[in-house]
Amino acid sequence: MGKLFAVEIIYRGVFQKTLAKNITRGVVLAAHNQGKLGLSFGRYGDSPERNGIPAKSFAIVADDEQTLEEGMAQYEPKRVDVTVVLDDTLCKGVESWAWYGLQPVHRALKPGHTLIVVSLQDAPTLLKSIHHRETPYKLGVLKGATSFSGMWVYKDDHTDVRVLGAIAKALPELVGLTAIKQFVTEKLKNPLKGTSAQLAFDRFHSIEVKPGEGNPEELPKFELLKWEDMRDGVSIKGQPQGGPYKDPITKQVGGFRPARNELFKKGSTRTQRPVVNFATCTKCTLCWLNCPDASFDVTPEGTYDTNFESCCGCGICEDVCPVKDCITMVNEAQFHDNKSQWEAFKKDQDAYLKWLEKTIKEAEPEEKRSHGFRYRGQYKEQVPEALEAAQRA
Amino acid sequence: MATLTLPVEETKKVVQEQEALITGAEAIAIACKLANVDVVTAYPIRPYDTVMQYMSQLVADGELDCEFIVAEGEHSQFEIVKHASICGARVFCGSSGVGWMYAMEALTVTPALRVPMVAMVGNRALDDPGAFGVEHNDALAVRDLGWLLTWVDSAQEALDTALIAYRVAEDRRMFVPLALSCDGAFLTHSQALVKIPAAEQVNKFLPRYNRGALLLHPDNVISVAPQANEDWVMEIRRQNYAVTERACDVIREVYADFEKTFGRKYGNPFFEEYMTADADVVLLGMGTMSTPVKVAIRKMREEGKKVGFVRLRWFRPFAGPEIAKCLERFKAIGVIDRDFSFGSPNLSGVVATELRSAMYTGATTRPPVLDFICGLGGREVTVPDVEEITKSVFEAAEGKAQPLTQWIGLRG
Repeated sequence: MGKLFAVEIIYRGVFQKTLAKNITRGVVLAAHNQGKLGLSFGRYGDSPERNGIPAKSFAIVADDEQTLEEGMAQYEPKRVDVTVVLDDTLCKGVESWAWYGLQPVHRALKPGHTLIVVSLQDAPTLLKSIHHRETPYKLGVLKGATSFSGMWVYKDDHTDVRVLGAIAKALPELVGLTAIKQFVTEKLKNPLKGTSAQLAFDRFHSIEVKPGEGNPEELPKFELLKWEDMRDGVSIKGQPQGGPYKDPITKQVGGFRPARNELFKKGSTRTQRPVVNFATCTKCTLCWLNCPDASFDVTPEGTYDTNFESCCGCGICEDVCPVKDCITMVNEAQFHDNKSQWEAFKKDQDAYLKWLEKTIKEAEPEEKRSHGFRYRGQYKEQVPEALEAAQRA
Repeated sequence: MATLTLPVEETKKVVQEQEALITGAEAIAIACKLANVDVVTAYPIRPYDTVMQYMSQLVADGELDCEFIVAEGEHSQFEIVKHASICGARVFCGSSGVGWMYAMEALTVTPALRVPMVAMVGNRALDDPGAFGVEHNDALAVRDLGWLLTWVDSAQEALDTALIAYRVAEDRRMFVPLALSCDGAFLTHSQALVKIPAAEQVNKFLPRYNRGALLLHPDNVISVAPQANEDWVMEIRRQNYAVTERACDVIREVYADFEKTFGRKYGNPFFEEYMTADADVVLLGMGTMSTPVKVAIRKMREEGKKVGFVRLRWFRPFAGPEIAKCLERFKAIGVIDRDFSFGSPNLSGVVATELRSAMYTGATTRPPVLDFICGLGGREVTVPDVEEITKSVFEAAEGKAQPLTQWIGLRG
């Protein structure tokens, strides 16, 4: 019996769907150059047509057909040999559209194997987001901004082959660099991409992560009911209405906090988050009215506080806010918890406002994030050559 | 790139086959391109929609010249190809789950009108709840209507069977619609290495669709589907019955010709036997469950358990006598039904009920036929599931009473 390998790519719906597919196809076709057989597929229960939703793509590779069969006819491999995260904000957890619960990014990774994250941050910073676990593993950063490579409106920044190069370094028994370069030459027909794969291979390194190391957050656990214990009629209990709550400092009761689903939180879709200046807020209600996910709590004093377990980071609140710089969307990678901004503001207004200014300032030069192509002018920045071509035409 | 030499008596030419990493849905789209279809209708529903995505890409890339019509719903989708087919076009369409059910009125009329449409059914659970996963009840809903129904288990078989499907459906002795059933996700969305035959080979295998005297055309003045009541309907039904009487022979002929043309062997067209030669008991099922079943069988064989597997390819026609003949030699049979038939005899699934009927008349022995409802709504049929099933089948073979229908892989 031969060896069976599974590669998992965790990506964001729509924007990285093609990139993820190109990588898993690349793994299979490159490994085929070494005589291996394989298949690639997306997790079927996902909905990668939804903006930013966490989704997964897989490559299964085996030495022979019988071994390959062991990895087939599954929605997702139960254990994987390498996990690649294409967007570092996914390190906070993966909650797909079809509900499997919020899962840590390394949920399926075998002990001692490598988690590869495409990020501009370093490994210790990423570990503030990546959940702790009981078994050790390796964490390697493939230095790079979050890529939409493969989407026809986005430049090809070689992230696909760079990931392949990193995989060859992390798991040489799956596929070697030579086989990857052969795949690049024969199928992608771009020698420069071969160089990119080589450079990624040369530069990639990983650190050991010990058991218990990482984000201490405990993820919610739940049990799937037996058929006799389930409600019938394909029905579930609805959410209660919610109600007023208490100001942590003044103890004043008021406002409105909707009750939210304890188990399906959606926040892992977020790549940027609103930071709110409660001092300039005019209580106009527009952010609260326009939020598609009812993610704002109305505070007892009538301002609006984002619930970050619910917020998907769409940025509509920033768009509709009539006050200059009251709501600013900031790269989600800057944050490592989901605490209430309003509570921080209430506890120490000056400290909060200083933090606000610093956070906005620091985030921008690091990596300008967006929810897809939300930003005006972003496309222009990223594809000057396409713009040039368009102007010529 | 692999090369394949055709049987020498056919041609001395070495024909180039392409190898590609494609999904089952993509394989069918490529088969449609090779078959040079004329009219394609589409309406999105997962998992069928992947095939329309690939086909529209082929059209956009200029690789396929056809009318590609996105209908406003599945009912129209099937009506449009019905009319196009009567006008002499080679047609392709398809759907999944409730989309297929929404088209039901259009589906029921096609066999009587002798429309050789080929449809892909991406098998999906019927809503509610809105699950995408595989369940065979959608395609099985047309089982009594005169449609031909076949299940495939790999992307390669999907491509090959799509070519076979056109040849069978458009045979003048047939002229009936054919549904190519593909398990959602495991087949439709999974990319595997597939050999794509050269166009010259396909052209040789698949003649042009010739509707002859049934062609609706100004030069051939006929009227299709006039009002007909009790004076006529029984005779019309009898014509469809005659088609099903011929179906097995035509299918056998086409598979033999396929093998001669492309060099790929499928053996018995109606079912595939796996490790049955010395088996005491067998399992039987349709579609991609073959993968975990085969893995489990290899594992159990190592433990000395003589178990085999029969994968049914064609459900309509149901090759009753042949299947009964094949199965009568085993001590017990375990059917794995990825479907349900609530209130049926023994409360069993569709395949088990049909098989018991076939065995009653076609077999000389009467081995117990147990039914196992498993893998509904896309739940994986796992290796431990298959081991649990096999254990019960062996106990039945030893004469221990077993329930006729059991639910496997269920919580509770």
